[in-house]
Amino acid sequence: MSEALDLEGWSCPLPLRDQPNIIMGHGGGGRLSAELIEHLFVPAFAGTQLADVLRQLGDAAVFDLGGARLAFSTDSYVVHPRFFPGGNIGDLAVNGTINDVAMSGASPFALSVGVILEEGLAIDELGRIATTMGEAARRAGVSIVTGDTKVVDNGHGDGVYINTTGVGLVQAGLDLGPHRVRAGDVIILSGSIGMHGIAIMSVREGLEFGSDILSDSAPLNGLVATMLASGADVHMMRDPTRGGVAATLNEIAAASSTGMKIVESSIPVDEDVRAACGFLGLDPMCVANEGKLVAFVAPEHADLVLEAMHGHEYGRGATSIGMVVEDHPGLVVAKTGIGGTRVVDFALAEQLPRIC
Amino acid sequence: MKFVDEYRDRAKAEACARAIAAITTRPWSIMEVCGGQTHSIVRYGIDELLPEKITLLHGPGCPVCVTPLELIDKALLVAARPEVIFCSFGDMIRVPGSSADLFRVKSQGGDVRIVYSPLDAVKLAQANPDKQVVFFGIGFETTAPANAMTVVMAKRLGLTNFSLLVSHVLVPPAIRTIMDSPAHRVQGFLAAGHVCTVMGTSQYGPIVERYRVPIVVTGFEPLDVLEGIRRVLRQLEEGRAELENAYPRAVAAAGNPAAQDVLNDVFTVCDRAWRGIGTIPQSGWKLSERYVEFDAEQRFDVADIVTQESDLCRSGEVLQGLIKPNQCDAFGKQCTPRMPLGAPMVSNEGACAAYYQFRRTQVEGDK
Repeated sequence: MSEALDLEGWSCPLPLRDQPNIIMGHGGGGRLSAELIEHLFVPAFAGTQLADVLRQLGDAAVFDLGGARLAFSTDSYVVHPRFFPGGNIGDLAVNGTINDVAMSGASPFALSVGVILEEGLAIDELGRIATTMGEAARRAGVSIVTGDTKVVDNGHGDGVYINTTGVGLVQAGLDLGPHRVRAGDVIILSGSIGMHGIAIMSVREGLEFGSDILSDSAPLNGLVATMLASGADVHMMRDPTRGGVAATLNEIAAASSTGMKIVESSIPVDEDVRAACGFLGLDPMCVANEGKLVAFVAPEHADLVLEAMHGHEYGRGATSIGMVVEDHPGLVVAKTGIGGTRVVDFALAEQLPRIC
Repeated sequence: MKFVDEYRDRAKAEACARAIAAITTRPWSIMEVCGGQTHSIVRYGIDELLPEKITLLHGPGCPVCVTPLELIDKALLVAARPEVIFCSFGDMIRVPGSSADLFRVKSQGGDVRIVYSPLDAVKLAQANPDKQVVFFGIGFETTAPANAMTVVMAKRLGLTNFSLLVSHVLVPPAIRTIMDSPAHRVQGFLAAGHVCTVMGTSQYGPIVERYRVPIVVTGFEPLDVLEGIRRVLRQLEEGRAELENAYPRAVAAAGNPAAQDVLNDVFTVCDRAWRGIGTIPQSGWKLSERYVEFDAEQRFDVADIVTQESDLCRSGEVLQGLIKPNQCDAFGKQCTPRMPLGAPMVSNEGACAAYYQFRRTQVEGDK
């Protein structure tokens, strides 16, 4: 491997050069995705009035417009299979974008829906997906106000791809983000992790675990509103989707230049998910969620926000999992179940099941 | 999880660690042979519970890590062929060959699939009679029976579109090679529990005799590993060298005779190249004459490919326990999980990746 010598003093002016083609990991939410955005998209999209908003790389862009503070986010859904235990691509597309908007502290009020359909898709199936989307939007109190439909030739798509874009209103004076995360903050997780990723994997790979593990897909705007209404000083929120809690904590540790100290035994993982992860050699902390959030809260307000969360249907399992520290900035360190420590890295791309 | 949580209990782990500290009077170096044990040690921080006098050396027991570069290159060539569906265990997909990995082949149109059971590859061959289905059959004695069953089933089903790219390796010859190396530092071994589940323990008695080295058959949960370490230390401190089984819930002395019958039928012992170590005589399995028609190297004419390793990568020394991963100059610099130079940086079970993922806080201090 003589090319390895090229990497001497590697400082990533062109870190994409070792991958001349897009590989699946570029969409996996891990390091490869981050590098693609940072080194390809951000420079290409620079030079406009609000370009700095993109540079912040939040789940939602937040900016002032006509006296209002808006949050704006988009996401595309290419999940396969389209129907899985606990949901389908439709409610995922609605909930996912609502959550991205809500994590900025905004109340989402409107969504757009773009669908790309493959020739031959059963109208009946599209009807089921659309019905679920309507139900999800009504449940979250968000209106779907515009959309677009395109059809591609048979073989050029995977049945249905959905893009949703959401806008929300941020209340005056509210400012959430990694710049507000500081040593001493308590890290709160809203419930048990790993369910969505394992639910998808169980049907995608034809694995049977004895009992159905349901996706946790849910809209979190109500929970966020409840948390903020409690008056607690919340510094930041993020929904740990692809890459799981491990990716979220690592991203925030890097963005805020703080360290994270977590207690592994305090992280709620359902028994079925734990068993499935054990069987596949996966770390539940790296598995995707679609109805959970991680919040960073001023220590004196942790109990207040936890109490508020426990009164909400999507926050009943909320618990403190650790705290932000000054030590080891950029690193997430876990106390293991037997009292040792380990660094919690985030997966390079998608986790790969181990050989044995 | 029943039968698992019992072996991750903090109070019991601490009690075992205290027992270890109580019997340890001087420095000892112990090698865990299996990558699964290495993973467990760093994943749970087991070594932090041990007295400083004890050094754990990480052995050559990660199947992904020791699979030779040229076999990866063969896999890449086979997988890129338009008529092939190439099936592999998940963590082989990202192992770098000399110019690419299987992800790259997939992104360029190759049909590369992760399977969870080798027999899924046989099902794929049945379902795709117009395709050639190839399974990447690597691993130690642990994965060998399931891999062997693929060709047994393919033969029984009369499948002509299934083949196996085989690089099986065996634990006992690797232990002998380490003990024969003049530079070795190993004073006791934790033997790989699941290898012994298949093969039994009889192969280890002669090694204990010949090298006067304690070998304790050990499991993979934190308490299993601690108990294995405690038993090796007790022998060392008492001046004994014996074969012990600390994993009786999964290992019987005779192993699994049904699996051994299949292995004897399907495979025959051969010399094998180990990545980073070199060729070890009689250290692997290839398909026996009875199943040679299922050999992917023959079917796709890639048997003669030869390739070179990176000269920066010191994975051979890591795999023999001569250096720790972070003592390699390339560690964390030219070599990271993102751009691995050697296979131990790729697999979760690889010592280098385990150090990189779980140990970066200590990396500088250890040097």
